[in-house]
Amino acid sequence: METSIWRALLYLVGVMVFAGLNAAYLGWCERKGAGRIQRRIGPCEVGYAGLLQPIADGVKLLSKQLLVPRGVDHIIFRTTPVMAMIPAMTSMVAIPFSANIQARAVELSVLLLFALASIGMMAILLGGWASGNKYAIISSARAVSQNLAYEIPMLVTVITVVLLTGSLELKEIALKQQGGFWHWNVFRLENGHFLTMWISFIIFFICSVAETNRAPFDMAEAESELVAGYMTEYSSMGFGLFMMGEYLNIVVGACLTTTLFLGGWDCPFGLTPGVWWFLLKIYILIFTFIWIRWTYPRTQIYRLLNLSWKILIPFSFANLLITAALIKVF
Amino acid sequence: MNQYWTDIIHGGKSLLTGLAITAREFFSPVVTEQYPYEVPTMTPLFRGHTELIGNEETGLPNCVVCGACPRACPSNCITLEGKKAENGKGRVLTRYILDFSKCSLCGLCVESCKFNALRFSKDYNLVSFNKDDFVYMDLIKRLEDQNRCKK
Repeated sequence: METSIWRALLYLVGVMVFAGLNAAYLGWCERKGAGRIQRRIGPCEVGYAGLLQPIADGVKLLSKQLLVPRGVDHIIFRTTPVMAMIPAMTSMVAIPFSANIQARAVELSVLLLFALASIGMMAILLGGWASGNKYAIISSARAVSQNLAYEIPMLVTVITVVLLTGSLELKEIALKQQGGFWHWNVFRLENGHFLTMWISFIIFFICSVAETNRAPFDMAEAESELVAGYMTEYSSMGFGLFMMGEYLNIVVGACLTTTLFLGGWDCPFGLTPGVWWFLLKIYILIFTFIWIRWTYPRTQIYRLLNLSWKILIPFSFANLLITAALIKVF
Repeated sequence: MNQYWTDIIHGGKSLLTGLAITAREFFSPVVTEQYPYEVPTMTPLFRGHTELIGNEETGLPNCVVCGACPRACPSNCITLEGKKAENGKGRVLTRYILDFSKCSLCGLCVESCKFNALRFSKDYNLVSFNKDDFVYMDLIKRLEDQNRCKK
């Protein structure tokens, strides 16, 4: 089965469909959620409850002209939108949706996912650079400094999970958390790990919001100062791919949080574990992303860096030491 | 160092308060009005352009062509004409033109009318491709249209 061509084909199609549907319909969810929070109803005209809106938007983007301004770096300018989309899609390969549904059980999948996330950041940097636009360059410089600052606490908190489970493979990590919510890494009862792990979880979640450039950390596309940030010069599907890549990154972030901390596909009460629990958990997390975005105003760049360097990094290191000590003691 | 911890605690508390507020708003009813499907009801004191009041039974305008309203109008936007009534008593209105492009909705014409012949309409859908529709607003025609709708 492992070497069959059908397996590869099915997963390719499956992952593409899952990614495409999410990228399209998270936009709809975002707008509906924003509407409800602001006590509007959001999109409602195109199709039932505006459900065809993403398709209408897609057709609009496809029918627009792909402008390539004079003075851009042609090759990089044209490849960066793809670079923003592909790593996010590739990440789906290593994610264990359930005990049986995983495209490829990569041995160092945690490492792989973080490496791919860094390529996504490169797309932002190169996209801004190739545009030859001052706003875009400022925006990508911000994005890079932000991503650098938040990758450190994120990786350090991941080390606590890796220490706890003794594996860098996402499926292994999820398997170690089976059998009810008291086995999940956030609430892990044995040896008093819940004392530190919930802090790890919060740090990881904050970092994943920052890594995906979402509000309140969306310094890279602060439209009041930087027009549209690194996407300023992109039109048509170039812009569309950047947007889809952004939403996919959110999905990947939610999947990672679920697998690392929330027990993957495990049921909280030890019954009927399966892919539905995984999907339920990631959509609750994604809803929290949307909720956070429409609650908090955008921070400033120095506050953002202060939060990471002064609070998250010291906390994550202290957390790592305490977790290691707890493992050593018991 | 003390400041550091209080900042974290206060900051965390205020973040949670913010989330609680938006969560509450999320589940409260929608306040926007879906305009083309829902038509707003205007408040009693809403001032649209002026319109003539018709007689309850006959539907003819109450106006006796006394000319108080064009005299009261500070922006000269009312033109009206009348003729002698056929039964010889008083005058009847033949033409009442409002230049709504000049009207400031001050209401002096409505105040000056002693015969209950003029009021503000509740009409807020004032759109046209032609400017003349508002420069020469024929209020008698409007009253006739309203009478036809009533029947």
